Amino acid sequence: MHVHNDHINKQSYYLFKLTRLMATEGVKEIFQDFQVYLEHEQKLREDIRQAVQNIEQNAREMMTLLLSVHQQDGIKQTPSICQSVSPMFHVIQEKMRSLAELVPANQYYRFNDIWRFVVQRLAFLAAFLTYLQSETLISRTTVATMIGVEVNREDGFHLDLDDYLQGLLQLASELSRLAVNAVTAGDYARPIRIARFVGDLDAGFRLLNLKNDSLRKRFDGLKYDLKKVEEIVYDLTIRGLKPNETAVQSI
Amino acid sequence: MADEKRKHHFDKRDRRGKRKSEEKVDESSPVIAAFRGYQQELDERYDRYERIIKLSRDVTIESKRTIFLLHRVIGSEDREGLLQQAIDKLSEIEASKFRPIAEELKDEDIYQFIRAYTSGLQEYIEALTFYNFLKNCGLIKLEDVQKRLTFTAADDSNSDETQQKTQAPVDGHIHVVIPPIEYILGVADLTGELMRLTLNSVGKGDFETPYKVCDFMRCMHAAFVTMGSMSRDVVRKTTVLKQSLQKVENACYTLKVRGSEIPKHMLINVLTCASSGNIPGYADEESVEDDP
Repeated sequence: MHVHNDHINKQSYYLFKLTRLMATEGVKEIFQDFQVYLEHEQKLREDIRQAVQNIEQNAREMMTLLLSVHQQDGIKQTPSICQSVSPMFHVIQEKMRSLAELVPANQYYRFNDIWRFVVQRLAFLAAFLTYLQSETLISRTTVATMIGVEVNREDGFHLDLDDYLQGLLQLASELSRLAVNAVTAGDYARPIRIARFVGDLDAGFRLLNLKNDSLRKRFDGLKYDLKKVEEIVYDLTIRGLKPNETAVQSI
Repeated sequence: MADEKRKHHFDKRDRRGKRKSEEKVDESSPVIAAFRGYQQELDERYDRYERIIKLSRDVTIESKRTIFLLHRVIGSEDREGLLQQAIDKLSEIEASKFRPIAEELKDEDIYQFIRAYTSGLQEYIEALTFYNFLKNCGLIKLEDVQKRLTFTAADDSNSDETQQKTQAPVDGHIHVVIPPIEYILGVADLTGELMRLTLNSVGKGDFETPYKVCDFMRCMHAAFVTMGSMSRDVVRKTTVLKQSLQKVENACYTLKVRGSEIPKHMLINVLTCASSGNIPGYADEESVEDDP
């Protein structure tokens, strides 16, 4: 046993001297390559972050403007508010396109945590605007077009389905708030329509087999939004304030 | 299966007394129609994710076994035989696990699914780099690892476990793309194995490996420190790496100072005691490393 080991040791000694040098050289080289990769990635992330911050700025402005519909006289001014928000999407489209140019092909999900939040916000804004204009549910394609991204992943920088759905869930919350404020402003028909709309949305969402992720968490809040709107309808009904069907239908 | 699940969902809702309105709305409403589409899309994505997770878990298990096998190489009479066994095992993992993963990822954005297979991939890289260290005494390059995870249609006939159920990929290659960060994290895990290797090799009367490993790990540690704190994972692994390195350094110290005065078979005991509480330390390192 002893002899055998000695033999091995002698045999490997020279090889060992050589490989000891080679091994460390190889390691250095590999890590240098990686360092370059890292620096490149950090730079790219920084650029993307800046582009996203820029878009967030615009989104905030739009948000402030659009949310003014909640104000006492805001509901009556809905058309003019929509008119001023609507063209602001052109700027968003441009900025989203330049953001898209930063992202390498097929690497959307490598960086999407950076823009996820703002895209959800934009999806919400588009959905809310569309609702205020026509009281319809915005389609995924329309959201994508309004914010200037693709619908399908294969086509490049796209609207992630989760982000679109998150935008819709934000819409439901905002509508439950709008229902409250509509009553305060003396509009008793709107809450009834909102209740139907949110009910539809809820029925839709309940078709989805969600995983335990952020979308699921947000979806769990939908039932409270629905409940709130239904309570408003109930309050109106028992007090005889609920308008008749034709009055409800007219927008 | 998915259909059954859906039905189950509906049943639950029946109890909440919403069934009537829902069934009415179901087919007429465009909202519902759209959501049916989303349902399908989400199900597909989640299912794919789950399938990849399953494969990745198998990769982890098999890779761990390979690493154990590789530890037996030190002091073994049949070094080449064991190494061959190890590489055969790794090849089998590639053919039977990574190939299906590559097929799942074909035409997808890999970063959407990376979290499903990152742990398996890192464990595999750990095993492969460990093999390579024992065989060629160096670090295998990322490109070379990537080559192993690149598959062509021809590969199918070579492997014993032919994947007949999967349709032959269209011309060219499919691969499990290895993001450099995953490679680096796998390499970081390698150092834990090298530390174990060092202690084992002393026990087996091999006094060269410790110095060799020590050089190698110092070099790696320097590189990790240079990298700085770019991600939490890297920071965490750098800490573990340093602990392992110090154990190896202490081992080398003991070898140098006391190597000539103590019989070999006793040296291992001295060594394990010298590297300050090595036995609990060993357990610590293990638990940190396996932390998901």
